[in-house]
Amino acid sequence: MSVTEKASTRGTPTSPQRSTAPSVAQSVWLVATREILVRLRSKAFLISTGILLLISVGAVVAGGIASQDTSLDTVAVVGSAEAVVESTGAFEIMAVDTVADAEALVRDGTVKAAIVPSDSADAVLPVTVIALDSAPLDVTGALSVSPEVQLLDPAEQGGGIAYLVALAFGIVFLMSATTFGGTIAQSVVEEKQTRIVEILMSTISVRALLAGKVLGNSIMAFGQIVAIGLLAAGGMAVTGQRVLLADVGPAIGWFVVFFAFGFVLLAALYAATASMVSRQEDVGSVTSPVLFLTMIPYFLVVFFNDNPLVVAIMSYVPFSAPVSMPLRIFLGTAEWWEPLLALVVLVASTVVVILLGSRIYSNSLLRMGARVSLRDALKR
Amino acid sequence: MLDIRGVSKSYGARQVLSDVNFTVADGRMTGFVGANGAGKTTTMRIILGVLAPDEGTVFIDGTAVTASDRRRFGYMPEERGLYPKMKVAEQLVYLARLHGLSPASAQRNTTSLLEQLGLGERRDDLVEALSLGNQQRAQIAAALVHDPEFLVLDEPFSGLDPIAVETVMTVLAGYAAGGTPVLFSSHQLDIVERLCDDLVIIGDGSIRAAGSREQLREDHTSARFEIQTLGDAGWMRDLPGIDVVDFDGGWAVFEAETDAASQHVLSEAVSRGPVTAFTRQRPSLASIFKEVVQ
Repeated sequence: MSVTEKASTRGTPTSPQRSTAPSVAQSVWLVATREILVRLRSKAFLISTGILLLISVGAVVAGGIASQDTSLDTVAVVGSAEAVVESTGAFEIMAVDTVADAEALVRDGTVKAAIVPSDSADAVLPVTVIALDSAPLDVTGALSVSPEVQLLDPAEQGGGIAYLVALAFGIVFLMSATTFGGTIAQSVVEEKQTRIVEILMSTISVRALLAGKVLGNSIMAFGQIVAIGLLAAGGMAVTGQRVLLADVGPAIGWFVVFFAFGFVLLAALYAATASMVSRQEDVGSVTSPVLFLTMIPYFLVVFFNDNPLVVAIMSYVPFSAPVSMPLRIFLGTAEWWEPLLALVVLVASTVVVILLGSRIYSNSLLRMGARVSLRDALKR
Repeated sequence: MLDIRGVSKSYGARQVLSDVNFTVADGRMTGFVGANGAGKTTTMRIILGVLAPDEGTVFIDGTAVTASDRRRFGYMPEERGLYPKMKVAEQLVYLARLHGLSPASAQRNTTSLLEQLGLGERRDDLVEALSLGNQQRAQIAAALVHDPEFLVLDEPFSGLDPIAVETVMTVLAGYAAGGTPVLFSSHQLDIVERLCDDLVIIGDGSIRAAGSREQLREDHTSARFEIQTLGDAGWMRDLPGIDVVDFDGGWAVFEAETDAASQHVLSEAVSRGPVTAFTRQRPSLASIFKEVVQ
């Protein structure tokens, strides 16, 4: 008896023509679409994305304002010291008549320091600096005579800006990876805890299910990163930081590429580890090793961004490459082939993790109750 | 027709199923009965391909079932579950599409199925906002929304109120009447007794009895008869080939060595006065179940 005959005799609605079973790609896409829709409807997601975008715009705008802040320190000068101070061009000058007046201005904080003619005849400089409680290094520095410096290997970027760029990549990666990693872990356990996973498993392959979840969340994370990157670049252009943009642009581009693969790797890890538990309460403890792996790049670049060796090593380690390699590109310490090699390493490890992850995932999904041991989960 | 042939499954050293064989015929409601842990859920999961058997094969109309065939099954797992934060209709459309329906067919099936199950007004509610009974109905809709050609339902009646039980029974009987093979497990033997055409009894991972309900009853019917007369039935004890098991006034239960002996009792009783009942005792499902499982 054919399908349509059965259907007509029982009088229930039917699809006139049962299409052939959807391909794996279609199943993956259906799962991914659901993940995206659910995420887009979640208020928590929309709010946190909004905050993240605001922060990145705020950081760029604040950076623009700070770099335009060219006001000079004010110092009080007495008599012949004025000519010396004027020649540096580094200060606003407030001329007063006596040393006592100058000291009074220092004491009430009107000026940062007072510069008065020197009493001693054998002083190197013909002036004395009067300050309140500590030697004002920027003042003495501006007055000092420096020897000529010859750099053999001049750094392209200063340490301060390198730190900021490292921090920015690190924070964006950390926030995005933990947010979406956590989301994917919760969504895996939700399916397990509500048991709908058994219906899903009876319909599509476990790999298609895992791939769909990873794909959906990766698209969301990637979209967020691209939005942040565009906003940051746009913000820099608008606030007149074109020089910085030209320097950071390629690094941002590589960051997006590395992030795309790095996130897929983390997402697969989050999904696989989360599948080993059955309750939302246990997600935190089981995924904490993955969280740790996510935080390593962040802390390493924050603490070791001035150590070229550590950064170079980290730029090949899959978990930290998405942060370290763009940093090296920004610093100009990476050869042209290095990001490509690191990318190959990252993609290869992503493939391995996905294969292991899907095994853990399919072995664990039906095991309710106690946490599945890693050894059991990896069994064939 | 669904054929389960030689299916075995172990978890480590524990053998959960050993050489399980049975058939779910077209248009038959097949009840699947067994104690807790007897292997019902494992068997159903193997039929659905959620679990792989160690040995054995599941056949549809004579050919081994493939992954793409499994989309033609409607499955209700023992452990219920839908996405709590998805709207009812949206969720059904999603499941229908995963089973390969076009968006339009998925929408159409969802709408009419929700109407049929009395959930039409709840289509845009979140699943978690539904009452328990309505969640169960939504669960049944989830098993049926893609127009399955085979139904495998693990405890479809557990946790249902009597009204919902009737609704579900009607829907399932409708499917069977249309020629769909329906396999369902239940602890509620009275429901199985009312609903099933065929019966499969499993105990400790092996099939203890399988066949049509009537045949099973016939097979387990003993030579016990029940008679109700208006006078005192004490005289029966003296008849040859008759063993009176129980009696009370005009009512008696007896075992007869031969059919002739039982007929003799009847004719003797009629000659002594009016006989209001004379039947062969038919065992209830519960007693057959107890007998074959022990």
